[in-house]
Amino acid sequence: MASRRILLTGLSTYWGGRLAQALEAFPEVEAVIGVDNEEPHVELERTEYVKVGAQHALLRRVVEAAEIDTVVDTRLVVDSATTSSAKAHENNIIGTMNILAACSGAGSPVRKVVFKSSTHFYGAEQDDPAFFDETMRRPHPPRTAIERDIVEAEASVLEFADNNPATTVSVLRFANVLGPGVRTSHIDLFSMPVVPMILGFDPRYQFVHEDDVVHALEHAVQHDVAGVYNVAGDGVLALSEVAGLLGKPYAPVLPPWGTSLATAALRRLGVNVPAESLNQLRFGRGVDNRRYKAEGFGYAYTSREAVLKLGEHLRLAPVLRGAQEPYRYEREVEEFLRWSPHVKNGGTRGERLLGRDEVAALERSEQDDRLTAAEQRLEAAERTARKALERAKKAEKRAKRAVEELAERN
Amino acid sequence: MAESSRTSLSVREREGFDETALIPAPTLKGHLPGVEPDRRIDDWGRSERIEGVFDATVVEFFYRYWFRAEVEGMENVPATGGAMLVSNHSGALPPDAAMIGKAIREEHPHPRPLNITVEHFFKGYPGFSTLLPKIGCVAAHPANVQRLLYDEEQLVLVFPEGRKGTEKLYKDRYRLRRFGRGGFVEAAMRARAPIVPVCVVGAEEAAPVFAQLGLFKRLTGLIYFPITPTFPHLGLLGMLGYLPAKFKLRFLEPIEFGEGDSPDDKALVQTVAHEVRARIQENLWDMLAERKSVWFG
Repeated sequence: MASRRILLTGLSTYWGGRLAQALEAFPEVEAVIGVDNEEPHVELERTEYVKVGAQHALLRRVVEAAEIDTVVDTRLVVDSATTSSAKAHENNIIGTMNILAACSGAGSPVRKVVFKSSTHFYGAEQDDPAFFDETMRRPHPPRTAIERDIVEAEASVLEFADNNPATTVSVLRFANVLGPGVRTSHIDLFSMPVVPMILGFDPRYQFVHEDDVVHALEHAVQHDVAGVYNVAGDGVLALSEVAGLLGKPYAPVLPPWGTSLATAALRRLGVNVPAESLNQLRFGRGVDNRRYKAEGFGYAYTSREAVLKLGEHLRLAPVLRGAQEPYRYEREVEEFLRWSPHVKNGGTRGERLLGRDEVAALERSEQDDRLTAAEQRLEAAERTARKALERAKKAEKRAKRAVEELAERN
Repeated sequence: MAESSRTSLSVREREGFDETALIPAPTLKGHLPGVEPDRRIDDWGRSERIEGVFDATVVEFFYRYWFRAEVEGMENVPATGGAMLVSNHSGALPPDAAMIGKAIREEHPHPRPLNITVEHFFKGYPGFSTLLPKIGCVAAHPANVQRLLYDEEQLVLVFPEGRKGTEKLYKDRYRLRRFGRGGFVEAAMRARAPIVPVCVVGAEEAAPVFAQLGLFKRLTGLIYFPITPTFPHLGLLGMLGYLPAKFKLRFLEPIEFGEGDSPDDKALVQTVAHEVRARIQENLWDMLAERKSVWFG
């Protein structure tokens, strides 16, 4: 079943915004409705923003009134550095519960739920397999608050799936995300002048590029992929290799024993290494990404390419800083543009100014223009080269004549 | 938070789980990540460069000059496809694994990399954790063995005796310990890979263990703390202080598995495990009987 009317949670988060922008471009999608407590941070064309948190009664009314057939939940906090653990818990456990409550029950129009999760689900321990696949348990109960949240939230999603067999439920577990737009505590670590490591450990890391995250969510919206899937780029890198790809030195600054004390000291200095990342810095983690590939998903970036892209971004970032004005959501302006009968141009709701094909055609013609320009430059260059050749020949003749004259005089 | 220890998310453990709903293994095999030619480290953490240096120096020296290794039965190691090598195990820092790997690189008509399974302990110990994956060691996890044997079709070396083999004292030399619970046979059957038994003679004399110190083991956090001719009084490098015993390696005929052999058949698994153990033990006795000198072979 292709989704037509989509409800997005967490519109103000990076993923919510990115996904809303991506879904707007699909002509078969009739409506994109984003809910959140806060206003969106990205420019949206036809996504409708409803200011509502995870109150299930209100959500339920939105879902039923708009006949939502697909709910995409991108709101799970998987990085304890971004917010306090109490807030994360509230959001991850209670929020997930409420959103699922809003989708369930007899007569609910929801036919598909896509849940964004994380490979932190598996943790990182000494006796891990080298590649976790979706059928494996984690060898130990979760150790950190975030891991506990993720495990519990996924449990409630799967319980929902059991109780609502008619609804397609996809859980996507994403590896550590890298990219120019997103901010995670790992990107912060990689942005430092040296990449910190724990002495005596060189963990294995797998990454996924932010574009692939959005595409993977799109894929779950467009196709029916029921079940749990790992989403991570091909290739597992050693942390020393990551540092090499970023063009940075690495330094074993964290001691192998008493590591959490050392990170507590580092936190005072402003370097935040969250507990769940600490386990990863020690033991690393690799996941088996083949099942989602078998469901027809193709990755644009391997782990290595994602790191290289991040490296490019990190080198450019100081140059580009402040070049772009951040977007601010102005409710009145947005509403005027979308709803006012006086808007004649560009405000037509539900239609883009240009379709996808038109944009592509435009890009192609632009490319053609560039091509013809290049050809013209080439011709001009050839003409000048010919002229230079003629001048050179004339000069040669003159020189020969001069030599002959000299010879005659002598 | 009693609820939170619940990790029943494993799809297999949920009620009404339908095994056929999983994507079949042969399909998944086709989706293995491709090789990126610019990388010097593979997905398991194996480093071409570090392994090469290690191989050309330390291993080369021990294999050629110190242990003067002799190899027979190399034709029993298949040139293609996954295969599980099963060997006896001994020595404080066991030299046998490296010698088997080197023998395959040196003597085999189609040299192939060998993946050596090691205890999970090493992944948690600083230093070992960095070095061992770089030179081709992987943790002895059934899922790792399955991926290597079935999906990637590589050679895997396992020591079913495990820690019990390396812990045993000099007086028990060449007497095989219990072969675990036959997990290695299950893994080979599941991957439909043949088992190649390997006998190593010389490792017991090269690194004799005279005693195990329980107290120091606990203090250092190591998995065992042996007394050898050079350890602990020469320090950690003393672990590499092998005596120059003559090494002999014998690769035995592979044991193949047919379509009907199921890893769930515990009786069959135990029978095969016993057979492998018996064949290695018999050949060890045979090789020891032929050996005239510990040092000159």
